[in-house]
Amino acid sequence: MWNLLQIELFKIFKKPRTYLAFAIIAAFIFLIQLGLLVNGKDWMKFMLGSLDETMNIDYNKLVNGYAVCYFVLNLLLVHVPILVALVAGDVVSGEASMGTLRLLAAKPVSRTQIILAKYFATAVYVFALLLWIAIISLVVSLAVFGKNDLVVAKTNGLQLIESGDVLWRYFFAFGFAFIAMMVVAAISLLLSVLSENSIGPIVATVGIIIVCTLISEMEIPLYQKYIKPYLFTTYMLGWKGFFYIGSTDDGETIKGSIQYLPGILKSMAALLIYIVALVSASVFIFRKKDILS
Amino acid sequence: MSSIIQVKNLSKQFNDIQAVNELSFTVEEGDVYGFLGQNGAGKSTTIRMLLTLIKPTAGDISIFGKSLSNYRQEILKQVGAVIEKPDLYKYLSAFDNLAIFAKMSGMKPNRALLLDQLKMVGLEERAFSKVKTFSQGMKQRLGIAVALVHNPQLIILDEPTNGLDPQGIADMRNLILHLSRQLGKTIVVSSHLLSEIELVANRMLIIHKGKKIVEGDVAALLDPSKSLVQIETDNNVMAREKLGLTKWAPLIQDNALCLQLKMNKEAVPQLITDLVSLQVQLLSVNPMHSLEDYFLSLTTQAGHVESFTN
Repeated sequence: MWNLLQIELFKIFKKPRTYLAFAIIAAFIFLIQLGLLVNGKDWMKFMLGSLDETMNIDYNKLVNGYAVCYFVLNLLLVHVPILVALVAGDVVSGEASMGTLRLLAAKPVSRTQIILAKYFATAVYVFALLLWIAIISLVVSLAVFGKNDLVVAKTNGLQLIESGDVLWRYFFAFGFAFIAMMVVAAISLLLSVLSENSIGPIVATVGIIIVCTLISEMEIPLYQKYIKPYLFTTYMLGWKGFFYIGSTDDGETIKGSIQYLPGILKSMAALLIYIVALVSASVFIFRKKDILS
Repeated sequence: MSSIIQVKNLSKQFNDIQAVNELSFTVEEGDVYGFLGQNGAGKSTTIRMLLTLIKPTAGDISIFGKSLSNYRQEILKQVGAVIEKPDLYKYLSAFDNLAIFAKMSGMKPNRALLLDQLKMVGLEERAFSKVKTFSQGMKQRLGIAVALVHNPQLIILDEPTNGLDPQGIADMRNLILHLSRQLGKTIVVSSHLLSEIELVANRMLIIHKGKKIVEGDVAALLDPSKSLVQIETDNNVMAREKLGLTKWAPLIQDNALCLQLKMNKEAVPQLITDLVSLQVQLLSVNPMHSLEDYFLSLTTQAGHVESFTN
């Protein structure tokens, strides 16, 4: 299995397409960082609205590395699934369209091992992608903008997280995002097993995410009650929960706490169930599949 | 000599299409086994079933005396294959492609071994060039290197001369003969180019519409005593009538398109003498002795099979 995983990683990271995602992310984040470096205070004023009429706000402190990273993640994590699909949607169907799938499947390794190796290799790619985002959006932002308290907008107002209480939240947020992206990778893998060309699974994955996200967001009772609980997109943005800090009855925030931890754990469990179901289905179908390409 | 491949009553159905229909054959150790048929005859489907790419609807396959379904991985370690086009990872070098498939075959290849393998197929100077820069012939040679890198006992080549130029076809033929005669490999080679198979195979099977037409030694199937002689005259209908009244009548074959006799080739001069004496205007007398004629005859007129094999 380790041997197969090495081979799959070698193939993924030798493909020029793989590095496209890293380049796009770097360009996107650098643009945001540049924009905030020049107009960060205006952006924060806009975000806080009329709050400075009632409070004395030091905008220079609020526009810091943690805030920039939080802003980047809010914008970016919605679009990373497209970049994940770009690689994961190609892992089986790309081999089918290239004609190499028949060579792989005629080798003395089980088809289950082939699929699992491909999924684990995709996991390494997703991990590398998120690590890249973390380095550029968090490490570079902290170096450029400095470290300070983080202001997070919630539905019932704003919340301040002390700078010493932020870093571990990013660590868990990226961990959660990794699981969410692995659901996307599992969807792409399943579609890739069913297809003989690369473009189909990539487009279909993006289409599924868009449709599910729209249904999740619609405030229609029928969808909210009967469909939303079963959509993976409902749970994908659970990483934000790590930035909702718990508070006492008096409204005092509790350092090191998470407001909705059971909800986050439930989301994580739902995503893991999706992963197991989708990967199992991929293995089952691939084992039965006649390779005609 | 032991059987390397035993196929019994193998069938494959795709929806309404019966691609392979109760096919049985045996490949013995050391054979160069020609697997012949027109496009769509079921050759590739059968080969893909031998390589576990397609699951049979019915039937049994044993390779090296073991059931393929029960001992798949053990068997495939001893099998090398080129399946139709030599499709490889175009964005990787020849060396990287070879290394990947060597590892997948259970080997721990070293650099020297891989370069030796590339040298054997004449690609040592392009070892580190990307495959996308290769010609069709070079890709085919790399495909052969991939098939042979783990030193398999059984080599399966599905249409290996497809897309090759005449020199490439000759090289492939020489390679097959080298693998068989010098290295003692058992080889199954499929093609619709029968003249190529004729030059390398010692045994053959002809398949048509998924069914076995005939299987046997190439030499025996080319026995001149079982040749068809095709006669072309200015009036075939009249010639058939005249010949039907002579001693040649029992040898005339039932063929509406041309006049054919199943006969010993040595009797051709006498036939020509008799036709001339019957005042038949002869245009040509053509003994169909090559495997290609034989194959074309069988596959276009399946009714003749019994008369040839019995």
